[in-house]
Amino acid sequence: MVHKKAGALAVLAALLMSGSAYAQQRVVTWNADYDPIPLAATEALIADFEAANPEIDVQLTNFDHEGYKNAIRNFLTADPPDLANWYAANRMRPFVEAGLFADISDVWANNGLNEALASSVLSSTIDGKQYAIPYTYYQWGIYYNRDAYAAAGVEPPAADATVDWATFLANCEKFKAAGIDCVTTGSVAKWPVAGIFDYLSLRTNGYQFHADLAAGKISWTSPEARAVFAEFAKLQPFVTENHAAIDWQDAAAIFTQGKAAHYVMGNFAVGVFKEGGMTNDNLGFMVFPEITPGVARAEEAPTDTVHLTSGAKNPEDAKLLLAYIASAEAQSKWNAAVGQLPTNAGSTVDAADPFLSEGFAALSTATGGIAQFWDRDADAEYASIGMDGFQQFLVQPEELEAILERLEQARLRLFPQ
Amino acid sequence: MANASDTVAAATALHGKRRWNQRNLAPWLFMAPGLFMFTVYVMWPIVQSISLSFYDWNGLYNRDGEFTGTFIGLQNYRELGNDPAFEVSLWNNLKWLVLYMLALPIGLFLAIFLNQTVRGIRLYKSLFFFPFVISQVVVGLIFAWFYAPNFGLFYLLTEWITGDGTAILADPDLVTYGIIAAGLWPQIAYVMILYLTGLNNVAPDQIEAARLDGAKGWKMLWYVVLPQLRPATFIAVIVTVIGALRSFDLVSIMTSGGPFGSSRVLSYYMYEMALGEIGLRMGYGAAIAVVLFAIMMVFISGFIWKMWRDEKER
Repeated sequence: MVHKKAGALAVLAALLMSGSAYAQQRVVTWNADYDPIPLAATEALIADFEAANPEIDVQLTNFDHEGYKNAIRNFLTADPPDLANWYAANRMRPFVEAGLFADISDVWANNGLNEALASSVLSSTIDGKQYAIPYTYYQWGIYYNRDAYAAAGVEPPAADATVDWATFLANCEKFKAAGIDCVTTGSVAKWPVAGIFDYLSLRTNGYQFHADLAAGKISWTSPEARAVFAEFAKLQPFVTENHAAIDWQDAAAIFTQGKAAHYVMGNFAVGVFKEGGMTNDNLGFMVFPEITPGVARAEEAPTDTVHLTSGAKNPEDAKLLLAYIASAEAQSKWNAAVGQLPTNAGSTVDAADPFLSEGFAALSTATGGIAQFWDRDADAEYASIGMDGFQQFLVQPEELEAILERLEQARLRLFPQ
Repeated sequence: MANASDTVAAATALHGKRRWNQRNLAPWLFMAPGLFMFTVYVMWPIVQSISLSFYDWNGLYNRDGEFTGTFIGLQNYRELGNDPAFEVSLWNNLKWLVLYMLALPIGLFLAIFLNQTVRGIRLYKSLFFFPFVISQVVVGLIFAWFYAPNFGLFYLLTEWITGDGTAILADPDLVTYGIIAAGLWPQIAYVMILYLTGLNNVAPDQIEAARLDGAKGWKMLWYVVLPQLRPATFIAVIVTVIGALRSFDLVSIMTSGGPFGSSRVLSYYMYEMALGEIGLRMGYGAAIAVVLFAIMMVFISGFIWKMWRDEKER
């Protein structure tokens, strides 16, 4: 009995002491939704930050990725952390408009981020104020299987040379003749087809048109929008049949097995391709072919961001951490660990990874602009209706008029003229 | 009810006030926990959903905890009227309702088939009942693989027969039927077990008497067995109707409503609109929920009315 009591007292004392130890430290809380690899990279980033600022204790609460989407709406009002992960552009708009994300223009101004993060200024800004710290992005483009090229007897694209659209489509004919799907995709989750549509739109009419289309400023029945679908129709016969019942990972299997030659995807898929047995020798990357000559090349690169909440209990220290996350040094290390691209222009990219360095080159020479991706550029509901339309067109191209009419009605309803 | 209060009045006159209080209060006391739960977890959410359906609200409270929605009257319902996705969902719900009823005859057939005494019948019964025991999510996954293009058994079968594989879940015209077939599998097992218990209670003397009168086959089933199975049929219809209307898990697991929304049902569309990643339109989602509730109410009040009538006849 005595022993037990002493033990309990010791535990109590330890609890009290650890409590007082916390009380001396300044705490920054951070809610995130990382998968294991990014989580490890973030824990390393936090360790570096705490080593430089020993008086600050960063407490990361990691959520399940899907659960986070609902959780964030509760914790931002009920029990706000200092920092929260979310996404740039239109995806953060509801939280900014409800006053739940705090204006951090001062962090941007005081740390020279307008220059260092120049490519992400637009996507972090709403009404002239910055609300996000972008720390990583990844390029989209076309991944191709050199084995499939060899099997169909098609000359693979030479390094540094861009393929034009006519050649690409002509190659598709050859792949079809060889029984290989020219382009594969798995559209159960719908967003993979948005990637294809985005590129067709960016290449046909350019970045500004695409941004306006996503913002609901352009009619779906306009000649420009029809032109995008006309190019889409040329590609449609070469896309894997039944993609509407295939997950994007299952389509990756079709691609790695050489049953398909191209996959329009984001760089995160490289890990999946390599798990499927591909190597740097037979996996290639190219930017989406030019369609309308002279249109400045724009690329897609969805950006992940961290935000300061309005209810933050320790905004000063949280801003210190934000500045650190924005720094070239932290971004180089984090992105090297995760295999993505840093947004800070001063950071370095692992030159040994051909996909990262090619992606970095593609993005830094994209004079047209950087799009975030359809479902981040467009309003959530509009994006979903749009993706329904793209997917339907890829299954039933003959329904074009009905699709365009439905999209146009949705546009007029969501964006009253 | 009138009879009940008459007896209560008689009781009061006979046994005095204390007794009257006991007989009146006791049922309410016993019901109180249930009533409390029912009010808080059923009635209150219904009232809230209905009132929410008159608002435009993205589900967020502002920093001070204030509701940020705006009252828009019947606007959500007017929009539902012009919403092609809602129309598709409504039709799909109807398909579910009609085709789910197939579970009744098939379940009855299986029950009669299994209602015999042979060696190991218990094992066969459990095997037939098995699909109802496993989770709907698992049922959905099994059928999704069964239908999967390129490697699914069903796909390979159609490819072997017709030369061109049919990917049910990629075909906007077939997808709903594919999901309903998956849903029928456990539903048939459920109905079967209801009928099996019902068959245990069929009076053997009536069967005997009917047999002496020369009834057999269909006539025996229709005029002698089925009338005795009426309580089982009643329950089976109720669970099947409700099962069809709340079909959510299978749609979510197998297709997420796709391709391009052609397999959506009302409950899934409501989820997409109000709680899904794309939606955040609580008011609109609530309006869909109210419509679904109204459809369910038609059936539920029908059942309640029938139950009440049966009670009165006794």
